[in-house]
Amino acid sequence: MAEFTLPKNSVLTEGKTFKAPQGATNIRRFEIYRWNPDSGENPRIDVYELDMDSCGPMVLDAILKIKNEIDTTLTFRRSCREGVCGSCAMCVNGKNTLVCTKAIDSYSGTIKIFPLPHLQVIKDLVPDMTHFYAQYASIKPWIETQTPPPADAERLQSREDREKLDGLYDCVLCACCSTSCPSYWWNSERYLGPAILLQAYRWLVDSRDESTGERLDELEDPFKLYRCHTIMNCTDTCPKDLNPAKAIAETKKLLVQRKLG
Amino acid sequence: MAINNNRPTSPHFQIYKLPLTGIISISHRMTGVMLSLGLLFFVCIVSALASGAEAYFDMQNIMGLWPVQVIYWGFIYALFFHLCHGVRHLIWDAGKGFEVETLTRYALVELVASLALTLVVFLCVR
Repeated sequence: MAEFTLPKNSVLTEGKTFKAPQGATNIRRFEIYRWNPDSGENPRIDVYELDMDSCGPMVLDAILKIKNEIDTTLTFRRSCREGVCGSCAMCVNGKNTLVCTKAIDSYSGTIKIFPLPHLQVIKDLVPDMTHFYAQYASIKPWIETQTPPPADAERLQSREDREKLDGLYDCVLCACCSTSCPSYWWNSERYLGPAILLQAYRWLVDSRDESTGERLDELEDPFKLYRCHTIMNCTDTCPKDLNPAKAIAETKKLLVQRKLG
Repeated sequence: MAINNNRPTSPHFQIYKLPLTGIISISHRMTGVMLSLGLLFFVCIVSALASGAEAYFDMQNIMGLWPVQVIYWGFIYALFFHLCHGVRHLIWDAGKGFEVETLTRYALVELVASLALTLVVFLCVR
């Protein structure tokens, strides 16, 4: 059910302000969501004023600068710093993105950083992804075959069939799209969300997979698939420029085509 | 490790900036609800028409009040807005119109089209 306010323990409070060092001329203000599980307090917004003359170009560089030089307690996920691991997904100025590939200069003024929306927070910018990964496992993200494999060769795929996976296999499961979706905010127990549905479609159109029928059976559900109302936040926010909404529409089409025989 | 059950929910609706398509989507929902409620008024109007001259004149007087006129034209706009976004849903259901560059442009087309249709009706009844 749609809820528009936060539960009592999640309401934001004001936090600390870390002033820029004396003599800094090129200052940028960062407001960052903080929550410490050991404090027993509500989440707060800490303010960091950074000297941009000694900071790298990406939003992740600013977060790393804070952790390295100003406040070591700031907690976040990051790994590859080039947009292929999907770890550093956050909500920056009201839109989800991978902070490693997002330039600070693409924003003007204060930069506000929150964890991915409507998830349980473990600490600071680290949300609990357990349910998201469980949903991913539920769509069987591996090849399912009925026929025995060729005796001395791989299961081959034509160039045309391989091209059908472009824009699908590129998904890094960062969850930017799923957590941008109001339908997922309010129905995530049963709705799979754009990221998982894009992955489900990736296996539906794989020419080597032989379980298309069973996969469609699993998806034909008023909640798992049909809670998508084409709001388009997913496609709007995807940091890899993929199109989950299109993948979902194609899945709905496959179901209709199957019914029409 | 002790499990902390008091984990907060990260902010969502409070901080997320809906893109124009998102705003249009929720407006589609809201106009749908408004149209359903408006149908009740429509039933009142129709029954006034059927109940003879006295009820008809009463209905005309009420319809002439400016707040009622605002609701009346709001209803007509909501109708056309809902229709235009409904057409867009049909296009989407055909698997077309998902290109990210076109999202905002088509949303603007919907808004302009619904305003234009309302204007046409306005000019027709004046």
